[in-house]
Amino acid sequence: MNKKLGVYICHCGGNISDYVDVEQVKKAIESEEGVFLAKTTMFACSDSSQKEMVEDIKKNELDGIVVASCSPKLHLLTFRAVAERANINKYNYVHANIREQSSWAHSDDKTGATEKAVFLVKAAISKARYAESLEPIKIKSKKAVAVIGGGVAGMRAAIELSDMGCPVTLIEREPFVGGRVSQFDILFTTYETGKDLVTRLYNNLLARNNISVYTGAEVIENSGSIGDFKLTIKITPRYIMDRCNEGRLQKAIDACPVEVPDPFNFNITNRKAIYHNFPSEYPHKPVIDIENCTRCGECEKICESVDFSQKEEIIDINVGSVLMATGFDPYTPKDGEFGFNQINNVVTLPQFKRILALSNEPLIYNTRAIKHIAYIYCVGSRQVEGENKYCSRYCCTSVIHASIMAKKKFGNIFNYHFNRGIRTYGKQEVLYNESLKSGDVYLQSYEDDPPVVTQQGNKIVVTVNDILTGKKQMAVEADLVVLVTGMVPRADNSVGSLFKLPKGRDNFFNEIHMKLRPVETVIDGITISGACQGPKNILESSNSALSAATKSFSYVSKGELELEPIVAEIDKNQCTWCGACAEACPFDAIKKIKDGDKEIAMVNNSVCKGCGMCLPVCPTDVINLIAYSNREIESMIDALAGS
Amino acid sequence: MTGKGTQSAKILVFSTEKISDPAIDMAGLLKLHYPPTVYTIAVPCSSSIKSAWILHAYEKGFDGVFIAADGSDCPYGESCTEKTGKIVSRTHEMMKQKDIEPARLRMAAICSVCSESFVKQMKSFNEYLLKNSNM
Repeated sequence: MNKKLGVYICHCGGNISDYVDVEQVKKAIESEEGVFLAKTTMFACSDSSQKEMVEDIKKNELDGIVVASCSPKLHLLTFRAVAERANINKYNYVHANIREQSSWAHSDDKTGATEKAVFLVKAAISKARYAESLEPIKIKSKKAVAVIGGGVAGMRAAIELSDMGCPVTLIEREPFVGGRVSQFDILFTTYETGKDLVTRLYNNLLARNNISVYTGAEVIENSGSIGDFKLTIKITPRYIMDRCNEGRLQKAIDACPVEVPDPFNFNITNRKAIYHNFPSEYPHKPVIDIENCTRCGECEKICESVDFSQKEEIIDINVGSVLMATGFDPYTPKDGEFGFNQINNVVTLPQFKRILALSNEPLIYNTRAIKHIAYIYCVGSRQVEGENKYCSRYCCTSVIHASIMAKKKFGNIFNYHFNRGIRTYGKQEVLYNESLKSGDVYLQSYEDDPPVVTQQGNKIVVTVNDILTGKKQMAVEADLVVLVTGMVPRADNSVGSLFKLPKGRDNFFNEIHMKLRPVETVIDGITISGACQGPKNILESSNSALSAATKSFSYVSKGELELEPIVAEIDKNQCTWCGACAEACPFDAIKKIKDGDKEIAMVNNSVCKGCGMCLPVCPTDVINLIAYSNREIESMIDALAGS
Repeated sequence: MTGKGTQSAKILVFSTEKISDPAIDMAGLLKLHYPPTVYTIAVPCSSSIKSAWILHAYEKGFDGVFIAADGSDCPYGESCTEKTGKIVSRTHEMMKQKDIEPARLRMAAICSVCSESFVKQMKSFNEYLLKNSNM
């Protein structure tokens, strides 16, 4: 096997070359058997590098290439496409991961990282020497997508998928769709409210016959893989019949004696055990909070639509792809953090926005007339010592917008913004400008010297050493302190664990690459969108939803998927049929056949999934997995061992 | 056996492409460090690893072999855990016959997000190998 190989070692900007001496790696491998040319490249994935590889392959009539760069999860397909464009079989390309498994993993040891990279590239070269030309296997892919989460991102994705002709199952855990946006009042840049936006999207959903919406529904089981996910969904009953008399239902709500803190209003108000978050919420049907209901029967006496005989439902669905849009939770400050839960009238940004939405003139909270409002930024975000190192992106804009709305709605309001630098990027800068022009006061501090909230008698005083005035100590007597809290991952993210979705350093679901594969996850067939992936505003969530919908659709659109042509091969001359392989195969892909006068095992290639479970059980070692043959694996071991 | 002036054992890891290899990648992403003499070969499923490959690694000078198994997350079915376990038992027997200490082969289930667990396993295996071998 005398192959002519091209080897490319990537700097990845500095992601690799800051820790791995790529020139040294090149020198160490360029005399390896089969290596015709070896090059380093700043970004192997760039258009210019890809073109250069294609030219090199054609000009030098290379048989195969090795690219030593990032994880194959990111760029295996990129470089396989390069091979195809250069008219060589794409399986003659071999990837060496010297970023995640070398430069990053060993950034504390540059010598060790470089030595490891050399061995990894040598192993890839060994594998490339034996790589065979292969054709992909095609499997059926169910043309349907499950969207998990019925907030703005989930609904937007469902509509997009529906437009592309793809059946969608939208699964929402809460009894109502709309997610966090339904809790928002007036939005920026339009004067549309969150409720208006949710209404528009929900009406759009209902107008389609290829979207099934389940509320109060949770995925409890998941099996299968890309093209063929089997999901089991548990649907909690509403205890309200489908056709109901809304007038009587309202009377039943009024009659309910149970009152519990209302999470829709972030516990600043109470709600009944039979409730809807606001009139005409979607679906247009209240729900009974069975955990808090005392079954006193008051509602049943008034309204015949109440039905406590409803039972939990379990349904199974089969989809080709799953799109996650499970959203975020607002950060809840710890007791005492800037006086939270210890000083009256210290509230979070989400609470403040609900107070604005629910209040009529004049603005009063906890019996106190509100005139001077202090906003403390970056609470729960950009933490120096806490877990949340990231910027939540939306909060600067959101609080400035809310403070402007407060002024417009109630008049005679004075806003004091205790910030750590304002990040109202893009068009949102317009709001910042408007706020400045209206006379809002901005005071700034560093993370190591945050503002202090104290109760002095009946007064709440916020003090800060303002860096904009040479660290002069400033004090503001406030009627209300708003803690500008950021986004954190959902407290109950069990659905992510069910799908084994990886999380990033910020604990949000992690994409494969934030720029190159921004909605794909390492779990094939599962995409992520919206704020479950990290803090986003509505526009950004919708954009990512459209992207995820398109990616999910690409998995199911053709009704079939191309899979790796990795199947087991049996040397029929050596096989003496013992049945061990057939017994080990979980897919019943191996059968006994007659071959002349002897019995042998035969693999059904269309059924074989390429797991390789049959390999180690063969007593005569006559089964190999394509691309993982003894000679390929053992030559890689030899290379890694340095022998 | 390199690294910042301290020795580390040469460990071959058999990872799985869909489950444990993403966890090993994520360990790098999170800059969770482990000895740089840990090398990975990814295979589709941990039940596909041949004893001969493991023995070959010892012959060629690896101090330890670690199977980062799919466990119950295996996309190819529930039987993976048991089958991988049998491969390890069978290989342990072969190692005894060749006078190779069975403890030089370890297995643990590493899920797709179990980066910290992987790093812990590597550190403890490295320590064990350094302590108990004649390196």
